[in-house]
Amino acid sequence: MEIRPILASLRKHRIPALLIVLEIALACAVLCNAVFMIGQRVTDIHLPNAIDEQGISVIDIQGTDPKQAVDDIPRYLTFLRGMAGVQAAAATNTLPLNSNEWMTSLSTTPDALVTAKGSVNASVYLFTRGGEQALGLRLLQGRWFNADEYADSTLGDSYMPNTHVIAVTDSLAKRMWPGELALGKRVYVEKLSYTVVAVVADVLRPAREMDGNPGFYHTVFFPLSESKELGYYVVRSAPQDRQRIVREAVQGLSALAPQAVVKGTTFSEMRNKYFADMSSMVWMLVLVCVVMLAVTAFGIVGLTSFWVSQRRRQIGIRRAVGATRGHILHYFQTENFLLSTAGVVIGMALAFGINLYLMQHYEMNRMPWYYLPGGAMALWLLGQLAVLGPALRAAAVPPVVATRSV
Amino acid sequence: MFGYYLDLALRSLKRNKVLTTLMVLSLALGIGACITTLTVLKLLSGDPIPQKSARLFYPQIDPLPLAGYVAGKTRPQDTLTYVDAMNLLHVRKAERQVVTALTQAKVTPPERARKPFFSDGVMTTADFFAMFDVPFQYGSGWSAADENDRARVAVIAGFLNDKLFDGANSVGKTIRVNEHDYRIVGVLKPWSPQPRFYAHMLGGHNYGNGDAVFMPLLSARADGMDDESNNCYAVGDVSKLETAPCMWLGMWVELRSALDAVAYKSFLSNYVKQQIALGRLHRPEVALPALMPWLRSMQIVPDDVRLQAGLAFGFLLICVVNTVGLLLAKCLRRSREIGVRRALGASRWAIFAQFMVEAGMIGLTGGVFGLVFAELGLWAVRHQPAQYASLAHLDLPMFLANFVLALLASLVAGLLPAWRACMVAPAPQLKAA
Repeated sequence: MEIRPILASLRKHRIPALLIVLEIALACAVLCNAVFMIGQRVTDIHLPNAIDEQGISVIDIQGTDPKQAVDDIPRYLTFLRGMAGVQAAAATNTLPLNSNEWMTSLSTTPDALVTAKGSVNASVYLFTRGGEQALGLRLLQGRWFNADEYADSTLGDSYMPNTHVIAVTDSLAKRMWPGELALGKRVYVEKLSYTVVAVVADVLRPAREMDGNPGFYHTVFFPLSESKELGYYVVRSAPQDRQRIVREAVQGLSALAPQAVVKGTTFSEMRNKYFADMSSMVWMLVLVCVVMLAVTAFGIVGLTSFWVSQRRRQIGIRRAVGATRGHILHYFQTENFLLSTAGVVIGMALAFGINLYLMQHYEMNRMPWYYLPGGAMALWLLGQLAVLGPALRAAAVPPVVATRSV
Repeated sequence: MFGYYLDLALRSLKRNKVLTTLMVLSLALGIGACITTLTVLKLLSGDPIPQKSARLFYPQIDPLPLAGYVAGKTRPQDTLTYVDAMNLLHVRKAERQVVTALTQAKVTPPERARKPFFSDGVMTTADFFAMFDVPFQYGSGWSAADENDRARVAVIAGFLNDKLFDGANSVGKTIRVNEHDYRIVGVLKPWSPQPRFYAHMLGGHNYGNGDAVFMPLLSARADGMDDESNNCYAVGDVSKLETAPCMWLGMWVELRSALDAVAYKSFLSNYVKQQIALGRLHRPEVALPALMPWLRSMQIVPDDVRLQAGLAFGFLLICVVNTVGLLLAKCLRRSREIGVRRALGASRWAIFAQFMVEAGMIGLTGGVFGLVFAELGLWAVRHQPAQYASLAHLDLPMFLANFVLALLASLVAGLLPAWRACMVAPAPQLKAA
């Protein structure tokens, strides 16, 4: 198709042509960034977490007498383990994605201060015997804590247990000892030292820290005997039993501890709650993208329709001197393609610029390059779809129009 | 003349209903998106205590060991240790000063049949209520003497008073908090500054409902109530938080002027130097931001909310460009009409005004529909899980902003088409006819 006559005609309609280019450029820039943001959030919402998410229910008991904890916890656990369908139960200090953070700094050198550079921040999970089964942790290397290690570990008046064994996640092991075997290595928190006896598959922290997704998996597990800091009860069952177990556990434990406030939820609900803000942001972004594309499309339809009606006479003449319907159709399609191309070229540059700005002022990663051609393709397609209606109407203009005086 | 232009605009808008609807709708969507996100942004970044925020300051020092410290780069910590907070509190260098921590307060209702429940508790010092202009329904705050005696006194929020005492004057009655009886000395009127600035960095939420129970810090701690969030910089005995190497208290001081703030900051600096000399502290950095700069530096407004506002304006820009295009198409189509009007004596200015009036009408109609979209958007926000969800309502300034924005957007959009229209030369148009 000859494009010179199209360019000549566009030169005559410079301002409307520029407006279409501008609109496509803006839409392309916003679309690329919005889709990128959607992608990042969807990835976050689906971050893997190596516990039995579909089988865990969590009962939270607060407001009990801390002095009674040593006696209370076994009572509660016995009750929970006795319930129909319960496979395992344990008490823990906190859980992935429940926003209740418990963190420490770990160092590979003895006596390092917790503020020292080079120490790694990690979230701390403390659990009673059977915690690994209750959570459904996946052992990659080493062994689980044994009964003595659980029984001998106490918190005392510190936030760090006095045990000597820990389990770390794969990500934390790689962060602390890159390229080395983590098993048997020692970890120090000031004067305390712990030996890694197990490496487990990656488990998420209670809440995201600033250091990106690998940091989200920096977690360490300690065995612990019954202690007042353990307020959450993890109960594992078949997925279909969870609702009943939560209901019955809350009832039963409320009766066992009338002074306490007992709440229960499934882990799936906890995860949904944690990411609720993020998913509503995703839906809002999707909505904006759809509405924006619709507005852009209607803008193109409106302007092209105007062009078509303005050029009815010329179209008629072209048809009279031998142009087929296809020629007319292609004319408008090619014209739109040229405008879209100009638009997406500017749009891609703009999208890149916006991404750079967002990286500086917000927590945002660099947009992978393929988002740019992806956005461009979308706008090209949109332009072609939008122009189809007006172009078909143009193609339907009969040659006889040429002979009429408007 | 204006009335005539209005009539002309109305006729022109009626002539091409699809195009008009398209313009109005796209403007309305853009305006609605902007007003929705701006309302939320304004809510979240607002001044929680406008009459006083310029006089409230947040002292910050750094009790961490020297390891990891980079002079001039390491910012002081966001909370204080008990020792530092009490030292600064007792010097009483400022007009007023308070020290605050949060606690989970288990409230046991007097009736045996009702179950205990948790509510948000604040452990603080006597100046709290006067300093933050907290309004009382009944009674008042507690005194410094109560504090020194470790008296079990409490101020409760109106909503808790409604729940426990059906809204009656409960001053003098007792409330059971974390298994201890506290005598109620005051009941608050509804009070929930947004953001909950006095509790930021102490754990808990930044927006939403106000706190339920306020107790003297020393009394609550003596009864074993724990704080919500500890930041320990060394391993220590956390059963005695008062001496542990942990930061868990927020301090606010009220100063009369900026000059006083300079004086207070140098006092703070001297205090730290003296403590360094004693070997208790190691890092000399101090800070004394006023309330609003502090909130801004804490980036208390979630990133997503600011991104949404940016996105909405990007969207509005697209809508405006779209409207420019459609208006232009419309007015170019009317070249002949313009030619006739010009030939009959209308000036360029008259044509320009006529088209601007038409654009303005589209804007105002867009504004009306934009308002509908904004209300719809805010309704959606209220049904989101966010802390601030229930607070998202359109207020009068945003209502006005809606129409100002609509008018502004449409007039900007109308400029180019109106200019093109008034540049139409009458002769060729008449000849073509």
